[in-house]
Amino acid sequence: MNVLVWAGVVLIGGAGSVVRFLADGLVSSAAGRDFPFGTLAVNLSGAVILGLLTGLALGGDQALLAGTAAVGSYTTFSTWMLETERMTEERQFLKVIANIATSLLLGVAAAALGRLIGARL
Amino acid sequence: MPEPLADVTSISGNGVPSLSAAWPTRRRPVLPRADRRELAAIFLGGAIGTSLRASLAEAFPHSATAWPWPTFSVNIAAAFLLGYFVTRLQERLPLSSYRRPLLGTGICGGLSTFSTMQVEILKMISAGDWGLAAAYTAASIAGGYAALYLATALVRRVRVRR
Repeated sequence: MNVLVWAGVVLIGGAGSVVRFLADGLVSSAAGRDFPFGTLAVNLSGAVILGLLTGLALGGDQALLAGTAAVGSYTTFSTWMLETERMTEERQFLKVIANIATSLLLGVAAAALGRLIGARL
Repeated sequence: MPEPLADVTSISGNGVPSLSAAWPTRRRPVLPRADRRELAAIFLGGAIGTSLRASLAEAFPHSATAWPWPTFSVNIAAAFLLGYFVTRLQERLPLSSYRRPLLGTGICGGLSTFSTMQVEILKMISAGDWGLAAAYTAASIAGGYAALYLATALVRRVRVRR
C-alpha cells in the first residue's frame, strides 16, 4: 500500500468515469434512448475486460489499478438500477425485465468469455 | 470535443431519457455534449467514488465463496444516493450544470460497479456455489432497487416550496 498506487486509483477512477460518460452517450446517441443501451454496452464491455483481467491473474497493485479502479469505475450498478426503477414508474415492465435479464445473463457470460480469453493469453 | 449539436439532449445523460425529448431520428453516434467543467466534475466525482470503493475492497478482502460485502455495500449505498440526488436535482432543485455530473455520474457511478459484481458471481458459479450466486444476485438487485425507490420516495415526500 503506497501513495503512488493510491494516487493512481484516484486518477484512474476519475478517468474511468469520464470514459463511461462518453461511451454511454456515444452508444445512446446511436441506439436511441427508448432503452438504456448505453449503460448496457458499458457494463457488458466492462464485464468482458474485468473477466479478461481475472483470467490473466494479475497480482495486488495491478489488479487494484486495472480491475478495481479502471474497470470498476467504468461500469456502474447505480445507473442500471436508476434506469430500471424509472422504467417501472413508466410501467414499461417488459423493458424492465429485459434490462435486468440481459444485463445479468450477458454480464456473467461476458465475464466468463473474458476470463477464458485471459487465461489463454 | 466535437462541436456541440443542437439536438443532442441530456448534458449529464447516463442514458436516462431527458425531459427535453428533442430526440429526432438520429442514428449516427455522437459524443455527448459536455464542456470541460462538466467533464472535470465527472472526473472529480469518479475519483472520490472509486477511492471509497477501492479502499473498502482492499480493507475487506474475501474468498470467492464468501459474501462480497464491499461490493454489495457500495452498490446499495450508491443506488440510494443516486436516487436521492437525481430525484432532487430533476424534481426539486433549480437547474444546475455541475451537480448531476459530480454527484450522479461521478460519485455514484464511481462508487458502484457492475463488472466486479459479475466477476464475483462468475467465481461463485465456478466454485459450484450456485446458491450463493443466486442469493447474491437477487439481494443486490432487490436491495439496489429498494434503496433507489426509497430515496426517490423520500425526496418526493417533501413538498415543493412555492
